[in-house]
Amino acid sequence: MWMFPTIIKNLFSRPATRRYPFKDIREPFPGYRGRIYWDASKCDLCGDCARTCPADAIEVSLENRQIKYDPFRCIYCGTCVETCLPRAINQDKHYTKPAANKQEELITISV
Amino acid sequence: MAVRTVIPFGPQHPVLPEPVHLKLELEDEKVVGVTPIIGYIHRGIEKAAELNSFRQNVFLCERICGICSIIHALTYCQGVEVLVGVEAPPRARFLRTFWSELSRTHSHLLWLGLLADALGFESLFMQIWRAREMAMDLLEMTAGHRVITSTCLVGGVRRDIDKEMAKEVDKRLVALKEVLDNTAAPALLHDPTIKRRAVGKGMLSKEQAELLGAVGPTARGSGVAVDIRQTDYAAYKEVGFEPVVEPAGDSYSRTLVRAREVYQCIELMRKALAMMPEGEILVRVDGYPEGETISRTEQPRGELIYYLKGNGTNNLERMKVRTPTFANIPTLLVMLPGCEMADVPVITLSIDPCIACTER
Repeated sequence: MWMFPTIIKNLFSRPATRRYPFKDIREPFPGYRGRIYWDASKCDLCGDCARTCPADAIEVSLENRQIKYDPFRCIYCGTCVETCLPRAINQDKHYTKPAANKQEELITISV
Repeated sequence: MAVRTVIPFGPQHPVLPEPVHLKLELEDEKVVGVTPIIGYIHRGIEKAAELNSFRQNVFLCERICGICSIIHALTYCQGVEVLVGVEAPPRARFLRTFWSELSRTHSHLLWLGLLADALGFESLFMQIWRAREMAMDLLEMTAGHRVITSTCLVGGVRRDIDKEMAKEVDKRLVALKEVLDNTAAPALLHDPTIKRRAVGKGMLSKEQAELLGAVGPTARGSGVAVDIRQTDYAAYKEVGFEPVVEPAGDSYSRTLVRAREVYQCIELMRKALAMMPEGEILVRVDGYPEGETISRTEQPRGELIYYLKGNGTNNLERMKVRTPTFANIPTLLVMLPGCEMADVPVITLSIDPCIACTER
């Protein structure tokens, strides 16, 4: 008896789930910790991000002027974004796209 | 003549979310003995914590348990704050209280859903998990992630909740309460199926609970008013807190404790947001942890203890975690003997076992 109003309501309301691969998921909330990307023009290769990263997902190579970032090791905590003084690391609110094979990202710093 | 058989229950079983093995000794359908065996998902986190720097450990501690990640981080941060001699600012303490309670809400709703699922009550399971989704949305909105919130840091918190967001959160909390009023609460209070499967099953008397060192809702469901939130960590003293206690000591009273705690959590969260003082949320931490300390908090499953030892370097010398399920597993030795085989899943679930936590 107590569930009767819920049953009636559920009969006429939209499903609570989303048909994910066919329909898009809802927009994440602002401030969601999603994809991490570098602004190559701002980075000064100080290596603070690599030192603070709890997951060791970032490697900075001074000789090659390159940053190796592994999105599959990354835990998306956003520590690097907060640490970066020149604000070269950014994080947006979208999930990282799924990929078929694990691959590190190489970012070359141009100056 | 009764036939004695040994039945392995778990580590893989449809009602168990995590692998715990119970070796059940049965006489016909009646359980006469039980041996719990753990050790299937040990991950070596305590050793890893000695190799990472103490600031990075916050994120490692969060990953000890997915459901109460914020409380693990909070306990660790509180311990390290003692060792480095800083104190979290008042606003950070209120925010920590808020996220702890939000995490407790979603953990208890998850468990109530799992209980309904274990009873075969699929529609209630879906209703409760739909309500839980509202709590998950709140976590994503305020902390930036649904499960691993990463909001605690040594010296405070990373994110603030501004007035506008607090208003929105309050609105959503009221909506969550309304949904629970219409679905979970009447089902848990009046449904005859739940009562027949849970009332009088898995009895744990007050004396036995105290003797075996039960913690959290398992102890409070037996009438033991023990809750670490009474000891005034974070901002529980300011928001005012009274433990929820049910005297009966069966599976049903443990269920009621958790259901009532969800309502209590919603009230505590609304109070914490309303009473939150202005000010900074993170203080600067200089120096390294030195000395040893014990930090205690109340997890959704009971008392969580962190023992931390620092030696004045960037790494901790030792981190030891005692999780509530480890204290609650011995109570199964009292609850299970004497029950029917068919009641084992519900009784085992009634202590809310979190094995990944226990083994770390």
